[in-house]
Amino acid sequence: MFAISTLLDISVLTLLVVVALAMVRERDLFATVMLSGIYGLLSASFFVLMDAADVAFTEAAVGAGIFPLLMLTVLTSVGRYEAGARRIRILPLVLMLALAGALFAAVVQMPPFGAVDAPSHAHVAQRYIHESPDEIGIPNMVTSVLASYRGFDTLGEVVVIFTAAVGVVVVLLGGRPKTPQQSSQALMAEHKVLRIVGKMLIPMILLFGLYVQFHGEYGPGGGFQAGVIFAVGIILYAMLFGLSNAQRVVPLGVLRWLVALGVLIYGSVGLASLLAGGEYLNYSVLASDSVTGQHIGIILIELGVGITVASAMVLIFFAFTRATRSRDELEE
Amino acid sequence: MADYYNYLIVVLLMVIGLYIVMAQANLVKKLIGLNIFQTSVFIFYISTAKVSGGTAPIVVEGAELYSNPLPQVLILTAIVVGIATMSLALALVLRIKRAYGSVEEDVILEQDKPC
Repeated sequence: MFAISTLLDISVLTLLVVVALAMVRERDLFATVMLSGIYGLLSASFFVLMDAADVAFTEAAVGAGIFPLLMLTVLTSVGRYEAGARRIRILPLVLMLALAGALFAAVVQMPPFGAVDAPSHAHVAQRYIHESPDEIGIPNMVTSVLASYRGFDTLGEVVVIFTAAVGVVVVLLGGRPKTPQQSSQALMAEHKVLRIVGKMLIPMILLFGLYVQFHGEYGPGGGFQAGVIFAVGIILYAMLFGLSNAQRVVPLGVLRWLVALGVLIYGSVGLASLLAGGEYLNYSVLASDSVTGQHIGIILIELGVGITVASAMVLIFFAFTRATRSRDELEE
Repeated sequence: MADYYNYLIVVLLMVIGLYIVMAQANLVKKLIGLNIFQTSVFIFYISTAKVSGGTAPIVVEGAELYSNPLPQVLILTAIVVGIATMSLALALVLRIKRAYGSVEEDVILEQDKPC
Protein backbone atom coordinates (compact mmCIF):
# COMPACT_ATOMS: atom_id res chain seq x y z
CA MET A 1 0.00 0.00 0.00
CA PHE A 2 2.69 2.44 1.05
CA ALA A 3 4.85 1.37 -1.89
CA ILE A 4 2.07 2.11 -4.40
CA SER A 5 1.45 5.60 -3.04
CA THR A 6 5.18 6.33 -3.11
CA LEU A 7 5.36 5.11 -6.69
CA LEU A 8 2.42 7.30 -7.72
CA ASP A 9 3.96 10.25 -5.92
CA ILE A 10 7.28 9.83 -7.70
CA SER A 11 5.74 9.33 -11.16
CA VAL A 12 3.39 12.34 -10.95
CA LEU A 13 6.20 14.58 -9.73
CA THR A 14 8.56 13.35 -12.45
CA LEU A 15 5.89 14.04 -15.06
CA LEU A 16 5.54 17.57 -13.68
CA VAL A 17 9.25 18.21 -14.27
CA VAL A 18 9.04 16.72 -17.79
CA VAL A 19 6.10 18.97 -18.66
CA ALA A 20 7.87 22.01 -17.18
CA LEU A 21 10.99 21.29 -19.26
CA ALA A 22 8.85 20.91 -22.37
CA MET A 23 7.39 24.36 -21.62
CA VAL A 24 10.91 25.84 -21.49
CA ARG A 25 11.76 24.41 -24.93
CA GLU A 26 8.48 25.14 -26.71
CA ARG A 27 8.42 28.25 -28.92
CA ASP A 28 4.76 27.89 -29.84
CA LEU A 29 2.83 29.69 -27.10
CA PHE A 30 -0.38 27.83 -27.93
CA ALA A 31 1.36 24.51 -27.22
CA THR A 32 2.91 25.99 -24.07
CA VAL A 33 -0.52 26.97 -22.78
CA MET A 34 -1.86 23.48 -23.48
CA LEU A 35 1.13 22.07 -21.59
CA SER A 36 0.34 24.37 -18.68
CA GLY A 37 -3.18 22.88 -18.62
CA ILE A 38 -1.63 19.42 -18.32
CA TYR A 39 0.68 20.79 -15.65
CA GLY A 40 -2.34 22.05 -13.69
CA LEU A 41 -4.14 18.72 -13.97
CA LEU A 42 -1.01 16.85 -12.86
CA SER A 43 -0.56 19.07 -9.83
CA ALA A 44 -4.24 18.56 -8.96
CA SER A 45 -3.68 14.79 -9.06
CA PHE A 46 -0.63 15.25 -6.88
CA PHE A 47 -2.70 17.17 -4.30
CA VAL A 48 -5.16 14.26 -4.16
CA LEU A 49 -2.24 11.94 -3.38
CA MET A 50 -1.22 14.30 -0.58
CA ASP A 51 -4.70 14.07 1.06
CA ALA A 52 -5.48 17.65 0.08
CA ALA A 53 -8.88 17.13 -1.55
CA ASP A 54 -9.99 20.75 -1.16
CA VAL A 55 -6.80 22.04 -2.76
CA ALA A 56 -7.09 19.53 -5.60
CA PHE A 57 -10.59 20.76 -6.48
CA THR A 58 -9.38 24.30 -6.69
CA GLU A 59 -6.24 23.52 -8.64
CA ALA A 60 -8.17 21.39 -11.16
CA ALA A 61 -10.62 24.23 -11.84
CA VAL A 62 -7.97 26.99 -11.83
CA GLY A 63 -4.81 25.32 -13.16
CA ALA A 64 -6.44 23.18 -15.83
CA GLY A 65 -9.44 25.44 -16.50
CA ILE A 66 -9.34 29.17 -15.91
CA PHE A 67 -5.60 29.78 -16.30
CA PRO A 68 -5.21 28.19 -19.77
CA LEU A 69 -8.47 29.81 -20.95
CA LEU A 70 -7.30 33.29 -19.95
CA MET A 71 -3.94 32.62 -21.59
CA LEU A 72 -5.63 31.50 -24.82
CA THR A 73 -7.75 34.65 -24.85
CA VAL A 74 -4.60 36.73 -24.47
CA LEU A 75 -2.89 34.78 -27.28
CA THR A 76 -5.62 35.77 -29.76
CA SER A 77 -4.31 39.29 -29.26
CA VAL A 78 -0.55 38.92 -28.78
CA GLY A 79 0.05 36.23 -31.40
CA ARG A 80 0.87 32.56 -31.25
CA TYR A 81 4.63 32.39 -31.72
CA GLU A 82 7.52 33.82 -29.75
CA ALA A 83 9.88 35.97 -31.77
CA GLY A 84 13.53 35.08 -32.24
CA ALA A 85 15.34 31.78 -32.15
CA ARG A 86 15.58 29.66 -29.04
CA ARG A 87 18.83 30.22 -27.26
CA ILE A 88 20.24 29.21 -23.94
CA ARG A 89 21.14 32.18 -21.78
CA ILE A 90 24.31 31.46 -19.86
CA LEU A 91 24.01 33.90 -16.93
CA PRO A 92 20.47 32.89 -15.86
CA LEU A 93 21.40 29.23 -16.29
CA VAL A 94 24.45 29.54 -14.03
CA LEU A 95 22.47 31.53 -11.47
CA MET A 96 19.69 28.94 -11.47
CA LEU A 97 22.13 26.04 -11.09
CA ALA A 98 23.72 27.81 -8.14
CA LEU A 99 20.30 28.47 -6.61
CA ALA A 100 19.27 24.86 -7.14
CA GLY A 101 22.46 23.69 -5.44
CA ALA A 102 21.88 25.94 -2.44
CA LEU A 103 18.25 24.87 -2.13
CA PHE A 104 19.14 21.17 -2.46
CA ALA A 105 21.59 21.57 0.41
CA ALA A 106 18.81 23.21 2.42
CA VAL A 107 15.98 20.74 1.77
CA VAL A 108 17.98 17.64 2.79
CA GLN A 109 18.14 19.14 6.26
CA MET A 110 14.36 19.27 6.49
CA PRO A 111 12.44 16.60 8.40
CA PRO A 112 11.87 13.65 6.02
CA PHE A 113 8.73 13.71 3.89
CA GLY A 114 5.68 12.41 5.77
CA ALA A 115 7.31 12.51 9.21
CA VAL A 116 4.67 12.50 11.94
CA ASP A 117 6.81 14.57 14.32
CA ALA A 118 7.78 17.32 11.87
CA PRO A 119 7.68 20.79 13.49
CA SER A 120 4.95 21.94 11.11
CA HIS A 121 2.56 19.41 12.67
CA ALA A 122 3.21 20.65 16.20
CA HIS A 123 1.66 23.83 17.68
CA VAL A 124 -1.66 25.01 16.23
CA ALA A 125 -2.15 22.12 13.80
CA GLN A 126 -2.71 19.71 16.71
CA ARG A 127 -5.37 21.98 18.13
CA TYR A 128 -7.13 22.25 14.77
CA ILE A 129 -7.15 18.47 14.38
CA HIS A 130 -8.24 17.56 17.91
CA GLU A 131 -10.40 20.48 19.06
CA SER A 132 -12.10 21.79 15.91
CA PRO A 133 -14.68 18.96 15.56
CA ASP A 134 -16.03 19.92 19.01
CA GLU A 135 -15.33 23.66 18.99
CA ILE A 136 -16.68 24.39 15.52
CA GLY A 137 -18.83 21.30 15.20
CA ILE A 138 -18.07 20.46 11.56
CA PRO A 139 -16.05 17.51 10.28
CA ASN A 140 -14.03 19.25 7.54
CA MET A 141 -11.07 20.76 9.38
CA VAL A 142 -9.96 22.69 6.31
CA THR A 143 -13.25 24.59 6.33
CA SER A 144 -13.02 25.18 10.10
CA VAL A 145 -9.55 26.66 9.81
CA LEU A 146 -10.31 28.64 6.65
CA ALA A 147 -13.62 30.12 7.69
CA SER A 148 -13.38 30.36 11.45
CA TYR A 149 -9.92 30.14 13.04
CA ARG A 150 -8.27 32.06 10.21
CA GLY A 151 -11.38 33.98 9.17
CA PHE A 152 -9.63 37.33 9.28
CA ASP A 153 -6.86 36.10 6.97
CA THR A 154 -9.45 34.72 4.54
CA LEU A 155 -11.24 38.09 4.54
CA GLY A 156 -7.94 39.59 3.40
CA GLU A 157 -7.65 37.04 0.58
CA VAL A 158 -11.17 37.80 -0.62
CA VAL A 159 -10.36 41.51 -0.65
CA VAL A 160 -7.24 40.77 -2.74
CA ILE A 161 -9.38 38.89 -5.28
CA PHE A 162 -11.86 41.76 -5.32
CA THR A 163 -9.06 44.27 -5.85
CA ALA A 164 -7.50 42.20 -8.64
CA ALA A 165 -10.87 41.99 -10.43
CA VAL A 166 -11.32 45.77 -10.11
CA GLY A 167 -7.78 46.21 -11.45
CA VAL A 168 -8.44 44.02 -14.49
CA VAL A 169 -11.66 45.89 -15.28
CA VAL A 170 -9.92 49.26 -14.97
CA VAL A 171 -6.93 48.21 -17.07
CA LEU A 172 -8.87 46.46 -19.83
CA LEU A 173 -12.22 48.21 -20.06
CA GLY A 174 -10.97 51.67 -19.07
CA GLY A 175 -10.36 52.70 -22.67
CA ARG A 176 -11.63 51.32 -25.97
CA PRO A 177 -9.15 49.34 -28.10
CA LYS A 178 -7.51 51.75 -30.54
CA THR A 179 -6.88 49.32 -33.34
CA PRO A 180 -9.32 46.59 -34.35
CA GLN A 181 -7.73 43.20 -33.74
CA GLN A 182 -8.19 39.95 -35.58
CA SER A 183 -11.61 38.40 -35.20
CA SER A 184 -12.29 35.60 -32.75
CA GLN A 185 -16.05 35.45 -33.20
CA ALA A 186 -17.79 32.67 -31.18
CA LEU A 187 -14.69 30.66 -30.37
CA MET A 188 -16.26 27.27 -30.98
CA ALA A 189 -19.17 28.19 -33.25
CA GLU A 190 -18.46 25.53 -35.87
CA HIS A 191 -17.84 22.65 -33.46
CA LYS A 192 -21.26 20.96 -33.20
CA VAL A 193 -20.09 18.09 -30.99
CA LEU A 194 -18.46 20.46 -28.50
CA ARG A 195 -21.57 22.63 -28.39
CA ILE A 196 -23.92 19.73 -27.71
CA VAL A 197 -21.67 18.02 -25.16
CA GLY A 198 -21.04 21.40 -23.55
CA LYS A 199 -24.76 22.08 -23.31
CA MET A 200 -25.22 18.82 -21.44
CA LEU A 201 -22.23 19.43 -19.17
CA ILE A 202 -22.86 23.03 -18.17
CA PRO A 203 -25.93 22.39 -15.93
CA MET A 204 -24.05 19.60 -14.18
CA ILE A 205 -20.98 21.76 -13.62
CA LEU A 206 -23.17 24.50 -12.14
CA LEU A 207 -25.05 22.00 -9.96
CA PHE A 208 -21.75 20.50 -8.80
CA GLY A 209 -20.53 24.01 -7.98
CA LEU A 210 -23.58 24.56 -5.76
CA TYR A 211 -23.07 21.17 -4.11
CA VAL A 212 -19.44 21.99 -3.36
CA GLN A 213 -20.54 25.36 -1.96
CA PHE A 214 -23.14 24.06 0.48
CA HIS A 215 -21.51 20.75 1.32
CA GLY A 216 -18.18 22.33 2.27
CA GLU A 217 -18.66 21.72 5.98
CA TYR A 218 -19.08 17.97 5.70
CA GLY A 219 -16.95 16.99 2.72
CA PRO A 220 -14.26 18.71 0.70
CA GLY A 221 -15.59 22.02 -0.54
CA GLY A 222 -16.34 25.62 0.31
CA GLY A 223 -16.61 29.04 -1.22
CA PHE A 224 -13.26 29.18 -3.03
CA GLN A 225 -13.64 25.78 -4.68
CA ALA A 226 -17.32 26.31 -5.53
CA GLY A 227 -16.62 29.80 -6.86
CA VAL A 228 -14.05 28.63 -9.40
CA ILE A 229 -16.11 25.59 -10.45
CA PHE A 230 -19.23 27.72 -10.96
CA ALA A 231 -17.21 30.27 -12.91
CA VAL A 232 -15.80 27.54 -15.17
CA GLY A 233 -19.39 26.55 -16.07
CA ILE A 234 -20.30 30.08 -17.13
CA ILE A 235 -16.98 30.62 -18.93
CA LEU A 236 -17.58 27.38 -20.86
CA TYR A 237 -20.98 28.74 -21.87
CA ALA A 238 -19.39 31.98 -23.05
CA MET A 239 -16.85 30.05 -25.12
CA LEU A 240 -19.41 27.81 -26.79
CA PHE A 241 -22.22 30.27 -27.42
CA GLY A 242 -20.43 33.58 -27.66
CA LEU A 243 -19.86 36.47 -25.30
CA SER A 244 -23.08 38.33 -26.12
CA ASN A 245 -25.24 35.33 -25.18
CA ALA A 246 -23.31 34.84 -21.96
CA GLN A 247 -23.68 38.52 -21.11
CA ARG A 248 -27.42 38.20 -21.49
CA VAL A 249 -27.30 35.57 -18.72
CA VAL A 250 -24.96 37.53 -16.43
CA PRO A 251 -24.58 41.19 -17.50
CA LEU A 252 -21.31 42.96 -16.68
CA GLY A 253 -23.13 45.49 -14.50
CA VAL A 254 -24.59 42.72 -12.32
CA LEU A 255 -21.18 41.03 -12.03
CA ARG A 256 -19.60 44.26 -10.80
CA TRP A 257 -22.15 44.47 -8.00
CA LEU A 258 -21.80 40.78 -7.15
CA VAL A 259 -18.01 41.03 -6.77
CA ALA A 260 -18.52 43.72 -4.14
CA LEU A 261 -21.56 42.00 -2.58
CA GLY A 262 -19.53 38.93 -1.52
CA VAL A 263 -16.96 41.07 0.30
CA LEU A 264 -19.81 43.06 1.87
CA ILE A 265 -21.49 39.90 3.20
CA TYR A 266 -18.19 38.70 4.64
CA GLY A 267 -17.44 42.01 6.33
CA SER A 268 -21.01 42.35 7.64
CA VAL A 269 -20.82 38.99 9.40
CA GLY A 270 -17.75 40.35 11.19
CA LEU A 271 -19.63 43.52 12.16
CA ALA A 272 -22.63 41.48 13.31
CA SER A 273 -20.43 39.50 15.67
CA LEU A 274 -18.90 42.75 16.95
CA LEU A 275 -22.36 44.15 17.64
CA ALA A 276 -23.40 40.91 19.33
CA GLY A 277 -20.63 41.46 21.86
CA GLY A 278 -17.85 39.24 20.52
CA GLU A 279 -14.65 39.91 18.59
CA TYR A 280 -14.67 40.70 14.87
CA LEU A 281 -15.53 37.47 13.00
CA ASN A 282 -16.06 35.50 16.23
CA TYR A 283 -19.19 33.67 15.12
CA SER A 284 -19.82 31.98 18.48
CA VAL A 285 -21.84 34.97 19.66
CA LEU A 286 -24.19 34.92 16.65
CA ALA A 287 -26.53 32.40 18.30
CA SER A 288 -27.34 31.41 21.87
CA ASP A 289 -25.28 28.25 21.40
CA SER A 290 -21.66 28.66 20.32
CA VAL A 291 -21.58 25.75 17.83
CA THR A 292 -24.79 26.94 16.11
CA GLY A 293 -23.28 30.42 15.94
CA GLN A 294 -20.19 28.98 14.23
CA HIS A 295 -22.42 27.15 11.73
CA ILE A 296 -24.34 30.31 10.82
CA GLY A 297 -21.17 32.36 10.52
CA ILE A 298 -19.37 29.81 8.34
CA ILE A 299 -22.31 29.33 5.97
CA LEU A 300 -22.66 33.10 5.53
CA ILE A 301 -19.00 33.90 4.95
CA GLU A 302 -18.58 30.91 2.61
CA LEU A 303 -21.51 32.30 0.64
CA GLY A 304 -19.75 35.66 0.48
CA VAL A 305 -16.51 34.01 -0.65
CA GLY A 306 -18.34 31.95 -3.28
CA ILE A 307 -20.15 34.99 -4.73
CA THR A 308 -17.00 37.11 -4.92
CA VAL A 309 -14.77 34.37 -6.35
CA ALA A 310 -17.28 33.21 -8.98
CA SER A 311 -18.22 36.69 -10.15
CA ALA A 312 -14.60 37.90 -10.09
CA MET A 313 -13.49 35.01 -12.33
CA VAL A 314 -16.37 35.50 -14.77
CA LEU A 315 -15.86 39.28 -14.78
CA ILE A 316 -12.15 38.83 -15.49
CA PHE A 317 -12.90 36.44 -18.37
CA PHE A 318 -15.51 38.78 -19.87
CA ALA A 319 -13.11 41.70 -19.61
CA PHE A 320 -10.41 39.75 -21.44
CA THR A 321 -12.76 38.57 -24.17
CA ARG A 322 -14.08 42.10 -24.72
CA ALA A 323 -10.62 43.62 -24.76
CA THR A 324 -9.32 41.18 -27.39
CA ARG A 325 -12.20 41.80 -29.78
CA SER A 326 -12.76 44.60 -32.23
CA ARG A 327 -15.45 47.23 -31.82
CA ASP A 328 -17.71 46.15 -34.68
CA GLU A 329 -17.74 42.60 -33.40
CA LEU A 330 -19.05 43.82 -30.06
CA GLU A 331 -21.81 45.79 -31.68
CA GLU A 332 -23.01 42.81 -33.68
CA MET B 1 16.11 9.43 -1.46
CA ALA B 2 12.36 8.83 -1.37
CA ASP B 3 12.35 10.85 1.84
CA TYR B 4 13.35 14.01 0.01
CA TYR B 5 12.09 13.34 -3.51
CA ASN B 6 9.17 15.78 -3.21
CA TYR B 7 11.41 18.58 -2.03
CA LEU B 8 14.02 17.94 -4.73
CA ILE B 9 11.29 18.18 -7.38
CA VAL B 10 10.05 21.40 -5.80
CA VAL B 11 13.54 22.88 -6.15
CA LEU B 12 13.76 21.74 -9.79
CA LEU B 13 10.35 23.21 -10.70
CA MET B 14 11.21 26.42 -8.90
CA VAL B 15 14.46 27.00 -10.83
CA ILE B 16 12.82 25.98 -14.14
CA GLY B 17 10.10 28.58 -13.56
CA LEU B 18 12.60 31.26 -12.55
CA TYR B 19 14.78 30.43 -15.55
CA ILE B 20 11.84 31.06 -17.90
CA VAL B 21 11.12 34.36 -16.14
CA MET B 22 14.74 35.49 -16.50
CA ALA B 23 15.85 34.05 -19.82
CA GLN B 24 12.85 34.26 -22.15
CA ALA B 25 11.94 37.58 -23.70
CA ASN B 26 8.24 37.01 -24.38
CA LEU B 27 6.07 38.50 -21.62
CA VAL B 28 3.36 35.81 -21.89
CA LYS B 29 6.05 33.15 -21.58
CA LYS B 30 7.44 34.90 -18.52
CA LEU B 31 4.02 34.70 -16.86
CA ILE B 32 3.81 30.98 -17.66
CA GLY B 33 7.22 30.62 -15.98
CA LEU B 34 5.91 32.55 -12.99
CA ASN B 35 3.00 30.10 -12.84
CA ILE B 36 5.41 27.15 -12.72
CA PHE B 37 7.32 28.88 -9.95
CA GLN B 38 4.12 29.55 -8.03
CA THR B 39 2.92 25.96 -8.35
CA SER B 40 6.25 24.69 -7.03
CA VAL B 41 5.58 26.62 -3.82
CA PHE B 42 2.11 25.06 -3.62
CA ILE B 43 3.63 21.59 -4.01
CA PHE B 44 6.16 22.40 -1.30
CA TYR B 45 3.51 23.43 1.23
CA ILE B 46 1.21 20.53 0.46
CA SER B 47 4.14 18.10 0.74
CA THR B 48 4.99 19.36 4.22
CA ALA B 49 1.34 18.85 5.20
CA LYS B 50 1.36 15.13 4.38
CA VAL B 51 1.65 12.70 7.27
CA SER B 52 2.58 9.10 6.37
CA GLY B 53 -0.39 6.86 7.02
CA GLY B 54 -2.62 9.87 7.60
CA THR B 55 -5.86 10.64 5.81
CA ALA B 56 -7.50 13.80 4.48
CA PRO B 57 -8.33 16.20 7.32
CA ILE B 58 -12.04 15.42 7.41
CA VAL B 59 -13.27 13.61 10.52
CA VAL B 60 -14.17 9.98 9.77
CA GLU B 61 -14.88 6.99 11.99
CA GLY B 62 -11.79 5.00 12.86
CA ALA B 63 -9.19 7.44 11.52
CA GLU B 64 -6.38 8.11 13.96
CA LEU B 65 -3.97 10.20 11.96
CA TYR B 66 -4.87 13.20 9.80
CA SER B 67 -2.70 15.22 7.46
CA ASN B 68 -2.10 18.80 8.52
CA PRO B 69 -5.03 21.05 7.51
CA LEU B 70 -3.18 24.36 7.99
CA PRO B 71 -0.88 24.36 4.90
CA GLN B 72 -3.84 23.12 2.85
CA VAL B 73 -5.89 26.14 3.88
CA LEU B 74 -3.06 28.51 3.04
CA ILE B 75 -2.56 27.01 -0.42
CA LEU B 76 -6.27 26.69 -1.17
CA THR B 77 -6.70 30.44 -0.86
CA ALA B 78 -3.31 31.11 -2.49
CA ILE B 79 -4.40 29.31 -5.68
CA VAL B 80 -7.45 31.51 -6.14
CA VAL B 81 -5.57 34.67 -5.16
CA GLY B 82 -2.81 33.56 -7.56
CA ILE B 83 -5.11 33.32 -10.57
CA ALA B 84 -6.69 36.70 -9.70
CA THR B 85 -3.32 38.45 -9.55
CA MET B 86 -2.09 36.52 -12.60
CA SER B 87 -5.03 37.85 -14.60
CA LEU B 88 -4.11 41.37 -13.55
CA ALA B 89 -0.62 40.72 -14.95
CA LEU B 90 -2.15 39.37 -18.17
CA ALA B 91 -4.31 42.48 -18.43
CA LEU B 92 -1.18 44.62 -18.20
CA VAL B 93 0.43 42.49 -20.94
CA LEU B 94 -2.56 43.22 -23.18
CA ARG B 95 -2.19 46.94 -22.53
CA ILE B 96 1.55 46.74 -23.27
CA LYS B 97 0.70 45.03 -26.57
CA ARG B 98 -1.72 47.85 -27.36
CA ALA B 99 0.81 50.55 -26.50
CA TYR B 100 3.98 49.04 -28.00
CA GLY B 101 2.60 46.64 -30.59
CA SER B 102 4.70 43.82 -29.18
CA VAL B 103 5.15 41.64 -26.11
CA GLU B 104 8.82 40.91 -26.73
CA GLU B 105 11.00 42.47 -24.05
CA ASP B 106 13.81 43.61 -26.39
CA VAL B 107 11.38 45.34 -28.79
CA ILE B 108 9.74 47.18 -25.89
CA LEU B 109 13.08 48.25 -24.38
CA GLU B 110 14.25 49.42 -27.83
CA GLN B 111 11.19 51.68 -28.13
CA ASP B 112 11.72 53.07 -24.64
CA LYS B 113 15.28 54.22 -25.41
CA PRO B 114 15.61 58.02 -25.39
CA CYS B 115 16.43 59.14 -28.95
